[in-house]
Amino acid sequence: MNTAVLDKSSKTAASANALLQVDDLHVHFATSRGTVRAVEGLSFHVNPGEVVAIVGESGSGKSVSALSIMRLLPRLTAKIPHGRVMFNGRNLLDLPDEKMREIRGRDISMIFQEPMTSLNPILTIGLQIMEPLTIHMGMNEQQARARACELLTLVGITDPERRLEQYPHQFSGGMRQRVMIAIGLACNPKLVIADEPTTALDVTIQAQILELMKDLSRKLNIALIVITHNLGVVARYADRVIVMYAARMVEENVAENVFHKPRHPYSMGLLRSVPRLDRPRGSKLETIEGLPPNAAAFPPGCRFAPRCPYKIDICEQEPPLFPTDTGGLSRCHRHEEIAAGKIAWAASDSKSSGEMVASTEALLSVTNLTKHFSVHGGLRGESGIVRAVENVSFDIRPGETLGLVGESGCGKTTVGRLILRLENPTGGEIRFEGENLADATASEMKAIRRKIQVIFQDPYSSLNPRMTVGQIIGEPLHVYNLVPGRKEGEARVSQLLEQVGLRPEMAARYPHQLSGGQRQRVGIARALAMEPSFIVCDEAVSALDVSIQGQIINLLEDLQRRLGLAYLFIAHDLAVVRHISMRVVVMYFGRVMEIADRDTLYREPLHPYTKVLLDAAPVPDPSIEKGREPRLIEGELPSHLAPPTGCVFNTRCSMAIDECRKVVPKLEEKKPGHFAACIRV
Amino acid sequence: MLRYTIRRVLLTIPTLLGVAVLVFFMLRIVPGDVIEVKLRADGGNVSQEVVDAERKRFGLDKPLVNQFADWMVGMAKLDFGTSMWTERPVIEEISLRLQLSLQVAIMATLIAVFIAIPLGTTAALFRDTWLDYAVRIITIGGLSIPSFWFGMLIMLSLLALFNWLPPITFTPIYVDPIANLTQLIWPALAVGYRYCAVVARMIRSSLLEVLNEDYIRTARAKGVFEKLVVSRHALRNALLPAITVIGLEFTFLIGGLVVTEQVFNLNGIGQLFVQSVSRNDFMLIQGMVMLIAAFYVFVNLAIDLLYAVFDPRIRYS
Repeated sequence: MNTAVLDKSSKTAASANALLQVDDLHVHFATSRGTVRAVEGLSFHVNPGEVVAIVGESGSGKSVSALSIMRLLPRLTAKIPHGRVMFNGRNLLDLPDEKMREIRGRDISMIFQEPMTSLNPILTIGLQIMEPLTIHMGMNEQQARARACELLTLVGITDPERRLEQYPHQFSGGMRQRVMIAIGLACNPKLVIADEPTTALDVTIQAQILELMKDLSRKLNIALIVITHNLGVVARYADRVIVMYAARMVEENVAENVFHKPRHPYSMGLLRSVPRLDRPRGSKLETIEGLPPNAAAFPPGCRFAPRCPYKIDICEQEPPLFPTDTGGLSRCHRHEEIAAGKIAWAASDSKSSGEMVASTEALLSVTNLTKHFSVHGGLRGESGIVRAVENVSFDIRPGETLGLVGESGCGKTTVGRLILRLENPTGGEIRFEGENLADATASEMKAIRRKIQVIFQDPYSSLNPRMTVGQIIGEPLHVYNLVPGRKEGEARVSQLLEQVGLRPEMAARYPHQLSGGQRQRVGIARALAMEPSFIVCDEAVSALDVSIQGQIINLLEDLQRRLGLAYLFIAHDLAVVRHISMRVVVMYFGRVMEIADRDTLYREPLHPYTKVLLDAAPVPDPSIEKGREPRLIEGELPSHLAPPTGCVFNTRCSMAIDECRKVVPKLEEKKPGHFAACIRV
Repeated sequence: MLRYTIRRVLLTIPTLLGVAVLVFFMLRIVPGDVIEVKLRADGGNVSQEVVDAERKRFGLDKPLVNQFADWMVGMAKLDFGTSMWTERPVIEEISLRLQLSLQVAIMATLIAVFIAIPLGTTAALFRDTWLDYAVRIITIGGLSIPSFWFGMLIMLSLLALFNWLPPITFTPIYVDPIANLTQLIWPALAVGYRYCAVVARMIRSSLLEVLNEDYIRTARAKGVFEKLVVSRHALRNALLPAITVIGLEFTFLIGGLVVTEQVFNLNGIGQLFVQSVSRNDFMLIQGMVMLIAAFYVFVNLAIDLLYAVFDPRIRYS
């Protein structure tokens, strides 16, 4: 992008005809614990047809900024004490409510994160799409219906006439997000704000939606503000990037420069702490240590200083936004030194994370594991069998991490629950240290549970809110009589807390007093309390912010090395799985598609589904992302009540032939140690 | 939908059968029967032969199982038996009083719902302002003031202010609507106040919840008029839980107005119930329990079906 430099040098000119110009925006929230400054002094502009990404971790103020542009902040608690939002020459913050309502949906529209809850469940899709058309464009019923059909076709929904009469629950998550986009585009807006538009979606659906949005914004010349924490998404779509940290913009530049020549230590750290899909795991993930500051009490001076490895005395003073050599802005006193290459992110001290030489004897061996659920449909009394897990087989050796990837509904979580015997398998064997868990009695299971532990996804809901951290971690110790008395129990809890990088004083706190990362550490400590040899990590890091996610992954690897643990690492994030696993199992629709050594799988995937999955995931590097055409996967997951015959992937596979619709492919060893279930490879 | 409805209707049969067994045998566990009350209650000295003859006349000498079977067979033929006290058919005894009770219940429901919806909505929309506080005071009053006491207040103020009291004898609405309404509007108001308070509070809290939903934010982001956001997007969702409360309160009103009926001197189901229990009039008690149980079951069924009408997720899933 040669225009990038030009763009920056004529920044004032660009601002003059900018579509949206935000000046010195401040947003405060009144809470019981005092005023929280959610956004402070944010200024940026968006040119017509431009894609601007706002990146930051949770609580950095990115969503609040978007909602203040739309004036959709909660009225009672939110205050905008200062700032201007200029749009089409008018300050949106000064407009009367009625004028603002006219702009919403017509000139600026917004697409939200949660497609499952963002549509009204009791109104038809048609009504919801037609609403802005009748209100803003003065269309009558008939015109609006015609336009709604057109919009549904535009966003790739077939059979629009019939679909208009349906309700949101009859659409899948990806389809609902398409509907949201159709609503957003209904009145040909000049600006669309998308707040984490694909975060709740699977990788293949995410790729479809992002491609669609990018396409449409180019075609219709719509400016787009994308708010996200996913740097891969940013790399693929953004022209310009704004990085926010602790309510402030810390860096702004064209996308290429933010990724290749970051001028703020936070951006540098953020880019380094993301596991990369396109790079083999060399070493420990580099992370930003510590936690983001509390929004009710920001530290004086540079807000990133407490976590910054390059902190010097001057960082005690508040840094302004400096123009950088790359034509952007950076809120760092030392940006010139960064530009001169005098400061580089310290190379990680540890080398390769020293993979344990795994013995050949399997610790856990799953053979033909099968789980069917019978379902009874609601009013119509339909019933059927859902084959959640079908003939799944794999081994895990002591000290090994086996990654289990797949999209939602592929049965990966059920496999985890079956191994933990939270569900009873319909068929197959689960051998752990030679014993078959599938038919173990309750008392046998109790003994085995000591050795098999679990870490759950949601650090918010998997800890009892009425128990202190000490009680949560100590509970299994007392249940299993692992400690003789209260004193010893407390000592063990402190030891466990230190093991997961928390201070022993934390034992007295309650879960709500901890951050997400800290809670996940408590979850890990609870699992470790039993001295297990095997831990099921079910999406253990997917709810965490990037910088925190890196910390937890490193902790898990560290513990594995020290304690010789084996992990079954269940996740949907291919990059994270690549980073942490030694071997990877790919599941689709209840069946195993491919099993291989990590590097082999990512370098030379055999199964068409694995290829598609790897292709769909965006990589945080704009030069790679913008250069390639994604091979889009068509369609969606088939219905579990009407599964495809033959190979379950045949409905979406580009290589499928007639044979694929007849034969269920067996998982075969195509190359030494590389298994795939496909008749075409 | 049709299959579901039929299944639900069929499922009411075992429920009602259970009620029948329970009420029949529980009544007979209690010592004493209607004959004793009738002939010996006032210290009358009636010979055992007379009592036995009376018992035989009402079939009370037969084994319990046979009595139960007779009752069941009768009900299957829609014959609910005769009152053992007045010796008039149970249906006849109940029907006039049911007409009255049902009318009060329906009027109270209408009053309650028509006041509660705007009241609850206002409170939710103007949350934590003086309007909300006013509604909350009014509704908490409705919950804490007993209906019969409120009824007495109404009667006394009518007397004190207008020197007028509503008519005492019941006129069916098809005979003289004015007379009918001037009599029944007051008890309907008295119980409607409490009813309205319950429903208004329900609507307030469920509307507050719905207004926080993502789809309300979506509607606002589309530039939908605020009035439409409330009426089309929020209120329709918020009314769903209120339907349950409205239905349950309604069924309660059918048989549960004993004291209020007393205050307004109404000869309703509640009064009849108390009377028949004190007289040990088994047939009448059984008939009334079955009636009220059937009401509960069918109102609940109606609520579930209404849910399906309002909520497509239930209709299609």
